[in-house]
Amino acid sequence: MAKPASKGKASAPSAATPTADVSGNADFVLHSLQQTHAKAPRYQASDDELLKFYEQMLLIRRFEERAGQLYGLGLIGGFCHLYIGQEAVAIGLQSALDADKDSVITGYRDHGHMLAYGIDPKVIMAELTGREAGISKGKGGSMHMFSTEHKFYGGHGIVGAQVALGGGLALAHQYRNDGGLCLAYFGDGAANQGQVYETFNMASLWKLPIVFAIENNQYAMGTSTARSSAETEFYRRGTAFRIPGMDVNGMDVLEVRQAAEVAFKHVREGNGPVLMELNTYRYRGHSMSDPAKYRTREEVQDQREHNDPIERAKKELMDRGRSEDELKDIDKRIRAQVSEAADFSESSTEPAPAELYTDVLVESY
Amino acid sequence: MASSVIDDAPVGLADAPARNINMIEAINDALDIMLGHDPTVIIMGEDVGYFGGVFRATAGLQEKYGKTRVFDTPISECGIIGAAVGMGAYGLRPVPEIQFADYIYPGMDQLISEAARLRYRSAGEFIAPMTVRSPFGGGIFGGQTHSQSPESLFTHVAGLKTVIPSTPYDAKGLLIAAIEDNDPVIFFEPKRIYNGPFSGYYDKPVEPWKTHPDSKVPEGYYSIPLGKARTVRQGDALTVLTYGTMVHVTAAVCREKGVDAEIIDLRTLVPLDIEAIEASVEKTGRCLIVHEATRTSGFGAELSALVTERCFYHLEAPVERVTGFDTPYPHSLEWAYFPGPVRIGEALDKILEA
Ligand SMILES: Cc1ncc(C[n+]2csc(CCOP(=O)(O)OP(=O)(O)O)c2C)c(N)n1
Ligand SMILES: [Mg+2]
Repeated sequence: MAKPASKGKASAPSAATPTADVSGNADFVLHSLQQTHAKAPRYQASDDELLKFYEQMLLIRRFEERAGQLYGLGLIGGFCHLYIGQEAVAIGLQSALDADKDSVITGYRDHGHMLAYGIDPKVIMAELTGREAGISKGKGGSMHMFSTEHKFYGGHGIVGAQVALGGGLALAHQYRNDGGLCLAYFGDGAANQGQVYETFNMASLWKLPIVFAIENNQYAMGTSTARSSAETEFYRRGTAFRIPGMDVNGMDVLEVRQAAEVAFKHVREGNGPVLMELNTYRYRGHSMSDPAKYRTREEVQDQREHNDPIERAKKELMDRGRSEDELKDIDKRIRAQVSEAADFSESSTEPAPAELYTDVLVESY
Repeated sequence: MASSVIDDAPVGLADAPARNINMIEAINDALDIMLGHDPTVIIMGEDVGYFGGVFRATAGLQEKYGKTRVFDTPISECGIIGAAVGMGAYGLRPVPEIQFADYIYPGMDQLISEAARLRYRSAGEFIAPMTVRSPFGGGIFGGQTHSQSPESLFTHVAGLKTVIPSTPYDAKGLLIAAIEDNDPVIFFEPKRIYNGPFSGYYDKPVEPWKTHPDSKVPEGYYSIPLGKARTVRQGDALTVLTYGTMVHVTAAVCREKGVDAEIIDLRTLVPLDIEAIEASVEKTGRCLIVHEATRTSGFGAELSALVTERCFYHLEAPVERVTGFDTPYPHSLEWAYFPGPVRIGEALDKILEA
């Protein structure tokens, strides 16, 4: 079962058979990577690797829960988009990157991608609260975070714009011949922006080293994919540009990781772009004020209960002999880390007013 | 081409019953009335149908008029605006919503090269009678992608009209006029004052619209002609030219300081009510311009030039501007950035002492 939630089609969530089904895709010729993935869909993680994935996903979850609380307390203002439910995507994909070479770019739902790099939660939380100690000095906020150290190019509030930038990052990788690739994330809603397709064409034409990763969480704000998209099988959207697509269960970190192995290999071998559709689900509202009238409580509950990426990893760890207590200790440690980040973000100072005028242009003015 | 069925409808219903409503309700009312009057009016945009708009401006309209009249679009601003131009040319009267003014840029090419130029290059044969509605302006902690005031990008383009209401009464009448207008209109809604006339004193509670006289909105159809300014308050000490949220901020500061200002709410930037401006500045001899948008090449620069060109010999002091700083809209420090009471107060002092 590839889709974690019905994409307007009847499908009950099940962990049993991952993304193996390519039947009914006769019209979709570029599915060789999909087939490769289907043969061995799940990454053979060592016990330590699996534990690490679990910890990383749990950190994102706890961080986001806390960010939601700080928002409720008025410590975070404006717009804040939580990644809860989608953790397996960032961890599965980014764990397969070559940290020294590869670049990443994403939209505004970016806290998880930052945390996936192991960036200190303190400076991320302090950015959310708009403080000087934040990773963008409090000038970017939740949607606009960057780390050149990690080749993380943001953090972008304008839906879809980052995809074209990703094309440029990939072109620069190619031009410099540095062996790196660009991982460009965007949402199911962003997939309807015209510039995405301009980028698809250029990327395929010039065989750019780029992985387009559509995080299909089924909704763009209050609009379900079925109400906005003529083709809701997003992995097929590169067909006209001869970009191979992969339809991936984004709720299983090992499946995501394995799909990344297949896709990244293809790109690194100089074959041009790959389009991955990661089927996932956001549990929380789009941003912090979301009346959630566009979906039922049951739908959300069903995903949480039957398809949660963290619960899945936890169960697997326990099957492999980890004790409940050990996992509880991990959770405790992560909660402490997140609390420390929250305290830090509350106690650091606001940027000085003079900061309004810095970084507008290269010179101060 | 494209004539509306109510082109010659009466311009007002003076004795209609009225009720006190906020700006969102007034906009919703205008849209409702125009959908009811004119079968060529169509509303489209991200989350405007099923969801009723992120600010609820289109709430209930899809239920009432159906999905062919009020519908959701994909996140495709360039496509939305381009489609509206074509719909307009073929006799419809589309009212696309761009969810925030900050998202209008992907549609700029369609607005500038197509919507604004169609009439001219076809010698009047094809027109684009569309109204792009979009919430704009700051004061909501939206940071750089939810707070901008890009009006001067549009006033700079010949072939577009730019309208900015500041009260529920005006929002309704101006929106109806914009929809009926046979040219493309950019209709910017100051979102900070959707629910109440924000005074700029951000630490004080905002008074709701219901208690404000300009929230008394007649039921039914009325329109306010584009290109007519509104005198918010008559006065002799100086003229303040402003629009949108800053109308209320300026009025509050003048009240607080006891300044006898003549406050002019421009309501439409293009076409501009230059007569009203001239008459007032000739009377007061002093002119302050206030807007949220960044300063350089902002609409205030145009106003300042016009006042200087036309009223030079009446001026007793240099024209002053209070504007946003020439920086992106910040994430933190919003109230240091926002051209609020402190900066307006200083400008008033300066201009009155000069
Ligand atoms: C150009 C532009 N248009 C509209 C918006 C408003 N907006 C912000 S997020 C969003 C929905 C995007 O949905 P999706 O791409 O599926 O990402 P998700 O929020 O589900 O992660 C919209 C319409 C925007 N930020 N930029
Ligand atoms: Mg989405």
